Formats: sequence, structure tokens, C-alpha cells
Amino acid sequence: MEMTGQTRRDLLTMIGKAGGALAMYQAMTALGHAAETQFTGPPKLSGAKKGASVLVLGSGLAGMVAAYELIKAGYKVQVLEFQDRPGGRNYSVRGGDKIVEVGGATQTVGFAPGNYLNPGPWRIPHHHRTLLHYCKSLGVELEPFIQMNHNAFVHRSDAFGGKPQRYKELAVDFKGHVSELLAKSLNAGALDTAVSGEDKAKLLEGLREWGVLDKNMAYSSSLSVSGQRGYDKAPGGGVGGAPTPSMVNKLPDVLSSHVWTQMGFYHSYVMQTTMFQPKGGMDMIGKGFFKNLPAGTVRLNTKVTKIAQGDTGVTASWTDTKTGATGEAKADYCVCTIPATILAQMDIQISDTKKAALKALPYSNSVKIGLEMKSRFWEENYSIYGGHSFTDQGIALLSYPNYNFFKDGPSVLLGAFAGGAKGYAMAGMTPEQRVETALTQGAVFHPAEYRREFMNGSSVAWSRMPWILGCCATWTEQTREQHYQNLVAADGRIFLAGEHASYYGCWMEGALLSSIDAITRLHQKAMAA
Amino acid sequence: MRRGAFLLVAVGMLALAGVAGRAQDVSGGGSAATPAATEGRQVYEEICQACHMADAKGGGGAGAQIPALAGNAKLKDKDYIVTLLLKGRGGMPWFTEMLSPAQMAAVSTYVRGHFNAYPEPVTEADVKRVAATLDAPSKPDCMTCGN
Repeated sequence: MEMTGQTRRDLLTMIGKAGGALAMYQAMTALGHAAETQFTGPPKLSGAKKGASVLVLGSGLAGMVAAYELIKAGYKVQVLEFQDRPGGRNYSVRGGDKIVEVGGATQTVGFAPGNYLNPGPWRIPHHHRTLLHYCKSLGVELEPFIQMNHNAFVHRSDAFGGKPQRYKELAVDFKGHVSELLAKSLNAGALDTAVSGEDKAKLLEGLREWGVLDKNMAYSSSLSVSGQRGYDKAPGGGVGGAPTPSMVNKLPDVLSSHVWTQMGFYHSYVMQTTMFQPKGGMDMIGKGFFKNLPAGTVRLNTKVTKIAQGDTGVTASWTDTKTGATGEAKADYCVCTIPATILAQMDIQISDTKKAALKALPYSNSVKIGLEMKSRFWEENYSIYGGHSFTDQGIALLSYPNYNFFKDGPSVLLGAFAGGAKGYAMAGMTPEQRVETALTQGAVFHPAEYRREFMNGSSVAWSRMPWILGCCATWTEQTREQHYQNLVAADGRIFLAGEHASYYGCWMEGALLSSIDAITRLHQKAMAA
Repeated sequence: MRRGAFLLVAVGMLALAGVAGRAQDVSGGGSAATPAATEGRQVYEEICQACHMADAKGGGGAGAQIPALAGNAKLKDKDYIVTLLLKGRGGMPWFTEMLSPAQMAAVSTYVRGHFNAYPEPVTEADVKRVAATLDAPSKPDCMTCGN
């Protein structure tokens, strides 16, 4: 059946009304989309009762989408934001910005105009349809994020004498050696009980083609193999045009590189191409929402100190962090998107089970470092345009900028993206030590240029960001079972939302889906009241 | 999960979860998640001071605080700090995937002795004793982790 987008949506809406979200989701799968997201289109909220009001706490993406959709539905909305900017973790830092940490360390970012670091989210998968929907409707321009780069490097301190290798060479060699070994096994009859004669013939043919094996079913240096892993002398023109093949690496060397880690990484659902980034910085999304809200909707520099509720409404007490002024904001309902690390410390009138849920959510940690370089030497000298070079050192990777290709002038590299134990080690350093460490470790990829071209660097250590004290909520099977439904359930007039209230943790998509679910339930409750 | 199997499972999780266990957008570098440090001071510097700061005084504003470990009377009971490392608390995660029982013992001894006046060492046996009384945290769920 051929359907236009509109009629298909109407049908889905009808199914959704009749059978609820699960029926709609199953119908969507049958109609050949979905499976990739639980997004069924923006919430269709309308007809808010006259004068009905909602207080939104936090102006990250969860808070922003709540304000945006509730205002469209006819609610009076006030947003309170602790920071001096909207967006929360939807955040970019640029020249002149100050980064202030718990403990007082303060950095003033030195990047040239137009350059930026995305300390938090930085890449958008093609299947994050909620986020892509809002980018489009808010007029946030997206450009490709170069996720996969065959020509970037893989480095391990104990492989190849510590010399970085091109991803394409290692990945092609790994595939070739594995193909050769599997072919040997098949030909020796070792798998005859597992593979039928017909499939064995097909599989051998597949291994020969996929692994680029020679006529003896061996993986060896040849122009055919160089057609994948690159040449010693690339094909040219005229008299000296004939290419010469590159030499394949031996199996033990390839194995020492652990290149399967990167090969597997690129297969991850959330890491697959196509990926996007907003032009000019990730915070264009938060700013896009901000611009599309009526002036005065968001009150910045406003620290919520207490949240109370009763039969008639919700009251948030606040302090202006610039002037010291205090006040109260009142509304019929509240969407609270304050991270669990902070909310668990607040005087808030919610049930003990919800408090227990907030206290059961540890936050992850991560450090990103932006290094501004005088030139784009990775492009000029290494033919690397975007993508990542990986290392087993503390910085974990270098990621090359996905904008302003081929331009002269300063450019900002992502010089570290450290999580886990490495993230803690990096966060524990002073900002100066972090940059110094990033330079020392990153120089392994570009030894001649790295320090010579360096201009300045800035870091964001999430565990020391005073407004969140961490990166993202961590759930386990146990805590999901004990606390998840308690966390997301309406508590009187208060609804919690954010990435922590989703099964899509740490992604902007999760924050949006959580908030859309919360405001849909809020609207139902308000209409029924 | 049966009690007593905790430490065994925790060691197994090292290999499984790695760095990717917590951060849901991961670097893809895929390297080991454990610090090599064996001395308490080193473990403190590589892990704890990321949040609790070099002077162990914590920090943050009212209502958004990282607790101080220095001069903290709760640390008089050595099982208290061991339990925090094994179970986490509030925004602080557990460290069973990142630190060995020996490392937990070493850093507990250091924090209690160096930043407080509780010189009695915490031993690996102490860590195992406390662990045996606790249910192990399960592995972070990771449907969208990129690993």
C-alpha cells in the first residue's frame, strides 16, 4: 500500500488512540519504519485549560522541549535555569568563555572566532529522529559528522613499537588473515560438521573475495590487496605511472593492535554513519529552542533551592545567583529536569520512593580537551579530514574537526575524550596539566607538528562542573527494576524528565523522549483535573 | 546474585564492561579501565581527586556538594569507606569494576591516615569481608552505549 506521509501519520495516530503507544509502535514497525526510535512525531497537545501553567526547572533539551510544546498547547510556562546560558549539557565553548570548576579552577577559552569545542554531545546518529525533527523545525542547520575515517590512525603503546598505523591497513590485514585461517580450517575439513558442502563452497568464495586472498587462498601482499589497504607507490600517470604494492603486516603484529575494537566500534548502532553535527557548535540546538520561545520564558542565573507542592500547585523557591534576590515561582504543574546529582541534595516535596530512586543514580565521568592549532596539518600532511585516531593512552583519541576543511588559520582538535579510569585521572589534574598531558600523548600521531602548531587548549571535566557534578546517570538491571518506574511516575504535580529518566541514557534523544512522555502525561492529568 | 560471589564477579566485569560501562557515548579507544597504581596515594590522585579534589576537601555550592573526605568523622569506621567503594552512594559510582580489592584497601588506608587521624590500615581482607556482606551492583545497562 502506498501512503503519503500525512495519511500514514493519520492512520498511526488513529491506531495510537485506539490501542495506545505499544500498538502504534507495532503498527509503525509493520509499516516499515520505526524499530529505530520510539519517536512517533511531536506530541499532539492542545486545548490547555485557560490560565493553566507549568513551571519547568532546567533549560537543557528536556526542559526546552517541554516549554516549547507546552506553550504551543496553550500553557503559561516559566523556565528557571541555574546557569547564565540556556542548553544544559547541550553546550559548546568558544573564545572568551569562562569554564569554572568545583574547587575554583577557572579557564578562559582562547579559541579564535568561529572555533569551538563540544564538551558534551558532539555527534548525532541518523536514527535519532526526535532530535533531527526538532533541529529541522527550529531551523538548526546540520552538517555531516565524519565518524568513519579509514585513513586515521590506531595506536597502542605495545604494538608496532608504539608507531601508529593507519586504520585501513590494520583493518584490511585483520580481515585478510582471518579469512585465510578460516579458509584453511574449511579446506582441512575441520568445520565439515558445522557447514554443508554447498555452503562450504560459497563461504570459501566469500572469504576469497572479502579477504582478498590469492590463488592459494593465502593473504599476501599484492596490488589487489593494496587496492584496499593502500600502495607503497600509488598509481600515477605517464612513464612512472605503475603502482607498487604495500606489504601486509604479519598476523601477530595485527593482533597486537587490537584493531577489532575499532572495527566493532564502527558497527555499534549508535556509532554508525550517517552522523551529523549542528553548524557552529552543538549548542545551536539549545539556542534554537531559546529563540523560539516567547521572550522572558527562561529566567537565567536562577538557582532553585526548594520545591514544594500541594493540592493547588507547585512552588519553587529560587535565588538569583547574580543579584542575590530571592523569590518564588508558582504554577499548576512542574516538569523538573534538574540532574539527579543535584536534585538528590534538594529540599523537594516528593515521595520517599522517588527520593530513593534519585539517590540510586551514580553519574559517569568524562573529560574533553580542545586544542587549537595554527594550521590543519592533519589535512595537509596526513590526508586526514575529520574522523578519529585512537590510542590506548589516557586521551583515548584525537578527533579532527568536521568543518572549515582546507581553510587556512587556526583550527580546534578534540585532543582527548577520556572516560572511566582515564577520565578520573584527567579530571584530577589542573587544567594546565590536562593540556600538557594531551599534547604529550597526542604528539604520538603527529610528532613533528603537534607542539609546534599548538596555540592554546581548554578542558571540561564533567565531574567538576558545579551545575551537574558528573556526566550522565548510570542505571543497572537492578536499579532499573527497583527504581526506574518510581523515578518517571508522576508525583502529585511534579514530573521528572531528562536523559536520566530514559532508557536512552546520555544521549540528547533520550532527554527529548523522556520529556515528551512526561508532558504528554502531564497534559492528560491537567485535562482530567 | 548470591552473596560471596561478589569479588569474583567484579573481576569478571572488568573484562566485560571496560571503559564503556559507564560513559554512554564512548571514545572507541577501547583500552583497559584499571589504573596501574598500587599505592594508596597514587590511587587517590588517579581516581578520587577527580571529584574530592587534591586536598580531599570536596567542594561545590550549597545544594550541589561533593563531600569532603578530609576531617570526616564518618571515616573512623573503616567499613564506611570500603562500603562506599563497593556500593557507591548518591552520585558516586561503585568502583568494583575499576579497582582491585588491594587498590581499594590501599586508598582507604591512605584517605583515613593521610587526610584524617585514623592510622589503622584497611586490608584486602577487610574489603573482602565487607564485600561478602553486600549484594554486588549489577553491570551498568548499556543498550545505547556504542560498544
